[in-house]
Amino acid sequence: MYAYDEFDRAFLAERVADFRDQVARRLSGALNEDEFKPLRLMNGVYLQLHAYMLRIAIPYGTLSAHQLRRMAHVARTYDRGYGHFTTRQNIQFNWIKLEELPEAMAALGEVGVHGIQTSGNCIRNVTTDQWAGATPEECDDPRIWAEILRQYSTLHPEFTYLPRKFKIAIAASPHDRAAIKVHDVGLRLHRNAAGELGFEVLVGGGLGRTPFVGKSIRAFLPARELLSYIEAIMRVYNQYGRRDNIYKARIKILVHEIGAEAFAKAVEAEWEAIREGALHLSDEMIAEIRGRFIYPAYETLEDRPAELVEALKDERFATWFANSVHAHKVPGYSIVTISLKPVGAPPGDATADQMDVIADLADAYGFHEVRVGHEQNLCLPNIAQKDLPALWAALDAAGLATPNVNHISDIIACPGLDYCALANARAIPVAQEIAKRFADLDRSRGIGRLHVNISGCINACGHHHVGHIGILGVEKNGQEFYQITLGGRADEQAQLGTLLGPAVPYEQVPGLIEDVVDTYMELRAGPQELFIDTVARLGVEPFKERVYAAH
Amino acid sequence: MASPQQQKLKVHGPVAVTANRLTDGAVVWRTRGDGWSADLADAIIVTTADDAIALLAAAQKRDIDAVGAYVAPVVIEADGSVAPGNLRERIRVAGPTFELPH
Repeated sequence: MYAYDEFDRAFLAERVADFRDQVARRLSGALNEDEFKPLRLMNGVYLQLHAYMLRIAIPYGTLSAHQLRRMAHVARTYDRGYGHFTTRQNIQFNWIKLEELPEAMAALGEVGVHGIQTSGNCIRNVTTDQWAGATPEECDDPRIWAEILRQYSTLHPEFTYLPRKFKIAIAASPHDRAAIKVHDVGLRLHRNAAGELGFEVLVGGGLGRTPFVGKSIRAFLPARELLSYIEAIMRVYNQYGRRDNIYKARIKILVHEIGAEAFAKAVEAEWEAIREGALHLSDEMIAEIRGRFIYPAYETLEDRPAELVEALKDERFATWFANSVHAHKVPGYSIVTISLKPVGAPPGDATADQMDVIADLADAYGFHEVRVGHEQNLCLPNIAQKDLPALWAALDAAGLATPNVNHISDIIACPGLDYCALANARAIPVAQEIAKRFADLDRSRGIGRLHVNISGCINACGHHHVGHIGILGVEKNGQEFYQITLGGRADEQAQLGTLLGPAVPYEQVPGLIEDVVDTYMELRAGPQELFIDTVARLGVEPFKERVYAAH
Repeated sequence: MASPQQQKLKVHGPVAVTANRLTDGAVVWRTRGDGWSADLADAIIVTTADDAIALLAAAQKRDIDAVGAYVAPVVIEADGSVAPGNLRERIRVAGPTFELPH
């Protein structure tokens, strides 16, 4: 966990006081909506279909048990008893009242969380791997660098009114769990041949109505040059990015129009002028940030202790262990994913009671720490293997031990037309119905790793372009229709899915997805060939022929 | 991003003006006497673009009660009652189409 200092606490308290005053002036009529809207958006407050929505940032996906418990309190006191974890490591409260928002924000601000950088044309909440600091794969803890970026970008005056929003993600492991290639800037932290730490810098990735995979503009940027290089990118974008058309204002359009090479050249020229300035990170500055991350006091333990070996004789526990427990950098410890995708429930939602249970378990077994992943699941990054049986029993009792992580029912879905003012079609009920079709664990385990991503409109909050199966809701003559893509992926081999064929109506989507999966099961080279690899080997045509013949 | 209420006004049947209540965001409908009601049954229903534009303009004059006013389709049922005219408006009136977490 990163320990905030007095500056952070005072800043948040002032921010809450400002917002309280802004809300009071809005309710009194002293501010009209045109004046108030940008102020509320800068604090993460949106107006959705039936209510205000408060989006709270969870910087680099790291939460303390204390913070999660406070979120449960806000859900219970000011909302309808639940929250929704998003694809950008945020949480949303969907039913919050404007007149109660200052109190809710004050409650959250007391524990160091807020809605800053969750809306508006600024550098948004920087995201990273939910396994950061715990996975044996990583070369360094990417949260150090995300925190440096957070401090640099928060309320940065030069980047508060960018042409459009700006999203940065960092990965520090060979396997990318942060989807860096579909962000405005993706940073791949690695070591060069000399063992020095640095970033490969990718720009111009993104989803939405014009999706692109990011282009690499620098293979190795020394880590200490991070801020000056990001500033150079932002300056080039700020200067040349389009402001005349909201749909062409993201950096991906600029990079596409002038080309990655020309963009890189402009960045390098800008960087040369500023790289030796105030943004050069000294060893002391990096060490200070690094020093504020408090790591668990791990015990000296052995892998596969007797308690775990005994528990693995229980088939249900063993199934969950095989699916949801991952290797840790410290012997005797594991990373645990908590699926927020129980079959038939809205993906990514957690009730206040469930949040409290997870917070209590993080206190009891997990060094008080919880993580949020962009797949809309939670994670306990530091669990002693001897405690796994007790943890599982408690999660199971709270409905939080569904062993479907990375299975077809582990669906990413945006709120869709059930909540969102921008959506054209529903996403959550589609996800629920598909999950029900594949509720049989033996069946879904037999299918193997398969990511279904659903968006209720072209803005792609459900990351449909990079789902192994992507589902995009559109509106045709007042009816919900869905386009299906196959072969997308968000990892280190990121690519956009290929359109399968004509859109189908709402009612036909679950059956069509079953047909796609049945086709995969027939065509795959063997049980070891994943869905995504079968699509890569055969293309979408065999799927198209089979699926559309049936519909 | 363009939301449905930002699209060009076309009136092909009965419509009402709807918005979100300022204090809590609840869905409200424009009523007679320049008021707002959370009950669609209280809404003023018009059937021409000119009337809809006038109703909307009146609703937008004062934004301290309700915000984001726009024209929404409704249907008049056989018994004379008024119902939302499309899925979006049905969801705004009735809430999400699945059981909320509890």
